[in-house]
Amino acid sequence: MIIFDKVTKKYGNSIAAEGISFKVDTGEFIFLVGASGAGKTTILKLINREILPTHGAVFVDDWEVDKLPKSKLPFLRRKVGFIFQDFKLLQDRTVAENIAVSLEILGRGNSDIDGRIREVLKIIQLPDKSQYFPKQLSLGEQQRVAIGRAVAGETEIILADEPTGNLDPKTSWDILKIINDINKQGKTVIMASHNVDIVDSMKKRVIEMNKGKIVRDQKKSKYS
Amino acid sequence: MYSNVSIWLRLRRTPYQTVASLFMMFITLFVLGLFLLLVGSTTALVGYFESKPQLTVFFANDKDKASIDQLSEKLKSTGKVLSTKYVSKEEALSIYREQNKDDPLLLEMVTADILPASLDVSATSPKFLNEIYQTVRTEAGVEDVVFQKEVVDTLINWASTVRKVGFLFVSFLILSTFFILLTSISMKIANKKDEIEILKLVGATNWYIKKPFIKEGVIYGLSGATFAWIFIFCLVLYLEPYMDSFLKGIGNLNLLSSGSLKLSVWPLNFPLFLLLYLLLLLSGLGIGFIGSLFASNRYLND
Repeated sequence: MIIFDKVTKKYGNSIAAEGISFKVDTGEFIFLVGASGAGKTTILKLINREILPTHGAVFVDDWEVDKLPKSKLPFLRRKVGFIFQDFKLLQDRTVAENIAVSLEILGRGNSDIDGRIREVLKIIQLPDKSQYFPKQLSLGEQQRVAIGRAVAGETEIILADEPTGNLDPKTSWDILKIINDINKQGKTVIMASHNVDIVDSMKKRVIEMNKGKIVRDQKKSKYS
Repeated sequence: MYSNVSIWLRLRRTPYQTVASLFMMFITLFVLGLFLLLVGSTTALVGYFESKPQLTVFFANDKDKASIDQLSEKLKSTGKVLSTKYVSKEEALSIYREQNKDDPLLLEMVTADILPASLDVSATSPKFLNEIYQTVRTEAGVEDVVFQKEVVDTLINWASTVRKVGFLFVSFLILSTFFILLTSISMKIANKKDEIEILKLVGATNWYIKKPFIKEGVIYGLSGATFAWIFIFCLVLYLEPYMDSFLKGIGNLNLLSSGSLKLSVWPLNFPLFLLLYLLLLLSGLGIGFIGSLFASNRYLND
């Protein structure tokens, strides 16, 4: 469960988010929509504590994120997987090694890691590309690896920041299908997107933002 | 497995930094090893001379044994003399014969009459030597007093200089190695800024991120110590015949002799080299670990 309680984030005089309050239940799939600069990425970064709120509080399950000691931060980020528009893969590591990172940080043994990598490769539909390096993959395949890394460990919440932003329509649908399947397994998904077609067709809860404020929060809504 | 593979990749992908760090570590530990051997040897040599009779009193022919015994008792009663040993004319001749057994001409020329009786005096501490010397030289019937104070003093001064200069030099080298390691690892951390950011975002702890850099420092220490030890071992083996001639007549140079715990620096022996390797290993691992920990703490604890 994620709760935003009157959260404001300012960068100097510029307001990135203002008085944001909403609640996300476990297992929900939410689209964050809005124009560029509306505050979607700010919301995701506040959940992951890449940034701290200027006012208000963010809760992830029992943790008040902004008050979490630094020593506990890795544990929050193990619970909250992040999928980036630019993938953020480790370029000098293979697909398997990129996915293994999420498992190694949990202290898993090699045989356990190998088994889990095989499972994840099936989920992201790249079972025969474990030894490829990111630059040997298409953009869509790279995004799948990033998803694989986000879900491999003990992630309960997936934050996706424009995950289809760099992809062609067909690949975008493939990626969305994978994320949707992950959501069906019980993981909470919050996805920032401008892709009207995708948002409308999925019929999920939509939170629309404009200039740092929530202007609409509707269940099973259409964006357009 | 995944992390270990990347450590070797890291080293191979930055060959110049790796070679510079490894070379400095090797030089430092090589000099440290030589310094330790030198300090150990001089300490053992000083100990050897300090434990030998340090002062020999030669008597005139008319000095009788009873008065020499009296002098001996007088010296012992001061508490500054550990032991005395009377050497009669006959014993002196026998020692002379033994020392010159290969030179018949010298043996023919010398009889017991021309050799003086003597008293070997061993002081409890070298600092009493001068005082004992002043006491015995004014005694009636004393012809000459010979003592090894100069030898011991020179050795003590030399050992002290070796320690001071060596300590300064090794400290300077350790500091240089530390900073080279710090710079090398800091550069690697800076180069991997993006990777570190990604690792933090997926929930890696600071320790997980630091671990490969610390392992790298430890690998430098381990390799540097091993190479330094091999070079020292070969150098000492090469110099052994020269040392043998330099230390002729000295059977054993003990550095440590306490109960069953004994360590000698001469003749060369396995426990000495084992101890040297352990010390170099400990120093290398220490420098590598602390240097890399310092570098990674500086850049990662934000």
